[in-house]
Amino acid sequence: MPTRRVLITGLSTYWGGRLAQALEQDERVEAIIGVDNRDPTRELDRTEFVRVGTQHALLRRIVEAAEIDTVVDSRLVVDSVTTSARRAHENNVIGTMNILAASSHSTVRRFVFKSSAHYYGTAQDDPAFFTESMPRPHSPSTPIEKDIVEAEASVRDFAEKNPQVTTTIMRFANVLGPDVRTSHTTLFSLPVVPTILGFDPRYQFVHEDDVVVALAHTVQEGLPGIYNVAADGVLALTEVIDLLGRRWAPLLPPWGTGAAASVLRRLGLRIPPEMLGQLRFGRGLDNRNLKATGFEYRYTTRETVLALAEHLRLHPILRGVREPYRYEREVEDFLRWSPHVSNPAYRSRTGLSPEETVELRRLHESYGERVGAPQAGTALAQAEALARAAGGTETPAPVERYDDLDPEDVVSLLGSLESADLLALRDHERARLRRPRVLAAIDGVLAQREAAPRT
Amino acid sequence: MAEATRTSLGVREPEVKDIAPSATLPARRDDDLRPHLPGVEPERQVNDWGRSERVEGLLDRTLVDFFYQYWFRCEIEGIENVPAAGGALLVSNHSGALPPDAPMIGKAIKEEHPHPRPLNITVEHFFKGYPGFSMLIPKIGCVAAHPANVQRLLYDEQQLVLVFPEGRKGTEKVYRDRYRLRRFGRGGFVVAAMRARVPIVPVCVVGAEEAAPIFAHLNFMRRLTGLTYFPITPTFPHFGLLGMLGYLPAKFKIRFLEPFHFESERLDEDKALVQTVAHEVRARIQENVWDMVKSRKSVWFG
Repeated sequence: MPTRRVLITGLSTYWGGRLAQALEQDERVEAIIGVDNRDPTRELDRTEFVRVGTQHALLRRIVEAAEIDTVVDSRLVVDSVTTSARRAHENNVIGTMNILAASSHSTVRRFVFKSSAHYYGTAQDDPAFFTESMPRPHSPSTPIEKDIVEAEASVRDFAEKNPQVTTTIMRFANVLGPDVRTSHTTLFSLPVVPTILGFDPRYQFVHEDDVVVALAHTVQEGLPGIYNVAADGVLALTEVIDLLGRRWAPLLPPWGTGAAASVLRRLGLRIPPEMLGQLRFGRGLDNRNLKATGFEYRYTTRETVLALAEHLRLHPILRGVREPYRYEREVEDFLRWSPHVSNPAYRSRTGLSPEETVELRRLHESYGERVGAPQAGTALAQAEALARAAGGTETPAPVERYDDLDPEDVVSLLGSLESADLLALRDHERARLRRPRVLAAIDGVLAQREAAPRT
Repeated sequence: MAEATRTSLGVREPEVKDIAPSATLPARRDDDLRPHLPGVEPERQVNDWGRSERVEGLLDRTLVDFFYQYWFRCEIEGIENVPAAGGALLVSNHSGALPPDAPMIGKAIKEEHPHPRPLNITVEHFFKGYPGFSMLIPKIGCVAAHPANVQRLLYDEQQLVLVFPEGRKGTEKVYRDRYRLRRFGRGGFVVAAMRARVPIVPVCVVGAEEAAPIFAHLNFMRRLTGLTYFPITPTFPHFGLLGMLGYLPAKFKIRFLEPFHFESERLDEDKALVQTVAHEVRARIQENVWDMVKSRKSVWFG
């Protein structure tokens, strides 16, 4: 069964936004709902944003109302520089538990968890290539790694208790690319990259586009189990720095590295503890499991590094040229729902074709004329007028007459109905005619109301 | 993190790890993942294991070549027992403070074999954690003796791998114990070969014991430097770190023996068979080493 209705948690993280953008291009996906407690950071067309944290009761209502069949959890914090350890723990461990609780609803068929190769940690006695079946050799010592191990444990527990849900854990290697900002891109942007004296660790990266494609691939294919996501090829750190056209200097001592890193932190360069482990021992992943499912990487590790190198050369010139995207609720709502949006470039946002939008407007106007109501009448007046037009009496439309209506007529009615009536109408529609456009429109209106509760 | 395994005096002694058959191996699968191995990028400086042809080639042309041709004057027997294609596990006896036997076996395959192939030498995890070694060791073709690494090299990449089942017990034995093979671990190397369905080629090296004899160990210095052991040899420690390379010019003889083949699947699940084969391989090497020592007229001239 293909995925049709997706919930993305952490829509406002880089990955949530990128995945939503990718799924918007996929016509098989009919509804994309994104939740986060911050505003989205990327421009989205038909994705519905609901501002909500990880409270499972609220999430569960969204899952239930929107009949979500696939949940993608893209929220995991994998870089301890970005937030405090306590907040990362709250997000990674408690947040994951809540989302899992909300996802055990009966409509959910797939659960995709974005994890990190930090799950494996870095140690002296690591294998050169971790496969998915290998446990990490030692218990984690950095806060982020502890969080990730704990979060994955609860996901696996969820998978065991909910065999009807196809659960996927994706462990991503360090991401590089022109767009994404991580501790590693910060480190590689320095004119001289500090390394640990006497160590030249093996590094494997994955391109940001491959991460998005891999997530979308998993959403569509429904792959049960754990998958490493890392580009082909493992480079030595010195080779990476050479490709970037930077110089490296063994500034960090092999003993007391942590203390030296805290000195660097004072100077403004934050090297997180999990990265110190990588700078010492490095890490390689076996990426063949995902490839065996038909996934193809667009970039090798070397090409990923070269893509970053190009960006680093261009960055000083382009700095400040592009305005960052800012989310404005009213504008987004207008673009999605107003019948006055007529520019073809924007009309696709409603999920209806341009012809349908024109037709919808025409019907809307003609109904207003026929019942003598003012064209810009209140919702209540319109509802009454439409009810009269449909039923011919003062009472709401009888069910028999409703079925005779064209889908366009029904769609134009929806905005004026109460949510409870909408739910009843949807049940009715589902039981009888099952017209996809009507169902989609009802869901759209419901989702919009869910997103913007009336004040 | 590394700091956790540190004492105030330096790195604590790492655990000795043989290739132990354990959960660290990748799960057995029905489908073959070999077609999905990453392709070769010719622009790369090092391969996925960290091996650098440039560094290895430089060392090979200079130091290794000098020792092989002129210092140890290596004499090779039975090179045809090393397969020209496909994976194979070479198992050898081991000795010497900074063991000269591994690079000489590698060089022998490069020099004498009709199809010269690179040899992957398994080393202890210790080297990955020690500054300097960590940078150099992978570049010259050494990989950590992790069962998963051996499995990938032998089965997936079909390469030659050299293991020393005696491990550290072999290199740290003192001069009076020379040519007496230590215990062969727990048979992990046999499991690795059986699982990868590649032959085991036993290798005997004579001469390495005399080239780098160890007279005693300094425990105090070992703890201070964090090395796995701190030996006293004819040139170390009084000539400093380079003294580790101060080998005596003993005559080297390397003999490759008839391979053991394991064609059928899932042989490694039979623990008794694993132990029997491990024992058999050790006995074969020991026998041949004594035979070679017996017929040797002079330590220095062969």
